[in-house]
Amino acid sequence: MPDNVLRVDDLTMQFGGVVAANNVCLEVNKSEIVALIGPNGAGKTTAFNCITGVYEPTNGRVSLNGEVIAESFPQGKMKDLYKGENRGKYTQSVKLTPDRITYRGISRTFQNVRLFKALTVFENVMIAKHMRAKQNVFSATFRLNTKEEKRMREESMALLEEQKLDHLKDHIASSLPYGLQRRLEVARALATSPSLLLLDEPAAGMNPQETQEMAEFIHEIRDRYGLTILLIEHHMGLVMQISERIYVLDFGKMIAQGTPDEIRADQRVIDAYLGVAEDAAN
Amino acid sequence: MKKLSVGNSISILVLIIFFVLTIVLEQFIAPTDRMNMLLVCLRQGSIFALLAVAMNLLNGFTGLFSLGHAGFMLIGATTYALFSMPLAERSIVFTWFSDSYVIRISFPEVLGNLLGGPGMIIGMLISIILAGLVTAAFAFLVGLPVLRMRSDYLAIATLGFAEIIRAIIMWQGLGPVTNAGNPLRSFTRTADLNVTIGGQTFGLITFTLAFLSAVCIFIIFLLVTSSYGRAFKAIREDEIAAEAMGINLFKHKQLSFCISSFFVGVGGALLAIFMGTVAPLQFRAAMTYEFLLIVVLGGIGSITGSIVGAMLFVFASMWWLRGLDSGTFLGLDRITIFGVNLGERVFVSGFRMVVFSVIIMCIVLFFRRGLCGDKELPYYVNKLRELIARKSKPKPEAGGADA
Repeated sequence: MPDNVLRVDDLTMQFGGVVAANNVCLEVNKSEIVALIGPNGAGKTTAFNCITGVYEPTNGRVSLNGEVIAESFPQGKMKDLYKGENRGKYTQSVKLTPDRITYRGISRTFQNVRLFKALTVFENVMIAKHMRAKQNVFSATFRLNTKEEKRMREESMALLEEQKLDHLKDHIASSLPYGLQRRLEVARALATSPSLLLLDEPAAGMNPQETQEMAEFIHEIRDRYGLTILLIEHHMGLVMQISERIYVLDFGKMIAQGTPDEIRADQRVIDAYLGVAEDAAN
Repeated sequence: MKKLSVGNSISILVLIIFFVLTIVLEQFIAPTDRMNMLLVCLRQGSIFALLAVAMNLLNGFTGLFSLGHAGFMLIGATTYALFSMPLAERSIVFTWFSDSYVIRISFPEVLGNLLGGPGMIIGMLISIILAGLVTAAFAFLVGLPVLRMRSDYLAIATLGFAEIIRAIIMWQGLGPVTNAGNPLRSFTRTADLNVTIGGQTFGLITFTLAFLSAVCIFIIFLLVTSSYGRAFKAIREDEIAAEAMGINLFKHKQLSFCISSFFVGVGGALLAIFMGTVAPLQFRAAMTYEFLLIVVLGGIGSITGSIVGAMLFVFASMWWLRGLDSGTFLGLDRITIFGVNLGERVFVSGFRMVVFSVIIMCIVLFFRRGLCGDKELPYYVNKLRELIARKSKPKPEAGGADA
């Protein structure tokens, strides 16, 4: 049994003629906090969407705890269009819908907060509990299994208390301030009992103090729930502070990986972020 | 057992009073009475309420904009008629297929012969439930392709399927089964169920229809407040987030579609009981729009709203505004403006719908989210109590009731 929770092999995602992610390989080990960084349009969110099943990769394989959750090879029109590498390496086709992948233990938050806006904070968390509830429509409708419903309520309440959102339980999600909406989104993701948590720009739009709180918060949930965390972030301060390893994407390609110190010193990363001077490049 | 909140218990009380009233009223109002219109409206109103709530489950709670309502109602109504028509009547009703009609069983008749009066009621209930099940089965098949579409496309596809269903039912080739578009009639109705005690006959038609509708609406209410109801709302709010939270989109959409259709089928059966005949030509797309209107009027995502909307719609269009078509309306018909007598020249056939449209426009303008928004009855009861409490002992500080 490999100890890496998530393993992405040769992931390529091509939209028409555009290769959004090219041959991306990454590994996330148990209890690690790993960051995926890169300039805008580098393909970070595309990689996330492939891992969570929103997109079906053009080529490559994604496995969770040793189990393949997505595998694909160029098919149909893509056969002629495909510009990536490793053609022919993968022959299986494994497609899981996002809900199946969530069920297997990957949960995520979104770059632009996607809460169930018109519902209450409590309902938002309860919805995430729905997936693992042992009940069918009939027993749920006719309240034949009140124990299960009670358990869901108690667990959701406990989760909200841990996230210090319990006093806002009956507020409509969209009425919360932005920082709390982010926190609620994380709480909702945790409610699916994941083993791997994907955070898409958790500190986007936050001020330095909120960012600092977010850093502590990520550490805290990792320790408390025994999570493995993969995050996308632009905020270098946060990334360098919390992540144990960093992958750097640029134009869909993985250009560097390593510890924060290694990445900080890597010339390719500096070039990707700051650009290369004309004469220096020549 | 959890203690009921005041809002809930008052709501339940209101419902009980309503049912007692329907029973009592029906005994005192003779069919010849002018007030008989009240009973007719109550009957139709409660059936429309069920149909509107069923539509709301799909369009309002799950966010699937479906327009297949009339088609599914027709399936329900036809199924009910076919399985509850006395055998003796069939050769008359199936005029063109008098020796080839296929369905030769009538549940109320079979059970009625077996068990007497109660058997007939059970037979009727079986037919009604069967109507729901058949409708749900059709919905399942229609849902397989249709529910992969979104928003407008879904609306167009379901609208198309509703017309296809009607066309199939009216098809000559299926005549031995469905009577090919010729009206179905003579089936068991609630009029057959009046209870006679000691020579005194008690009418229970209004109560039966209202009660059956209420039971169905209550089941929908239970569903909507269950974990599945929350999942439906999640799909309405954000499909991508719902899927990321582990909700299987297709399964839940299909579930909502089938359950909604089940109750539409039951509603169709009740409508058949109410109308006495089932003529496929009545179940056109225009009928779907009536229910869409009720749902939007009452509030998308509010069961209370759909009930109130259905009652208002039926009462206004059937009764209160009727005078606008026939020349007498609140004495306004005696007024003459610019030499035009309102009663003679304006209040003629068709003017009712003009006024009706204006009223709807006003409601849509002033109640953006429908009459009830997405709130339910207990919420209004609580609001009302708050209001009364504030009136009876005025508090000096403002915003004292913001909790």
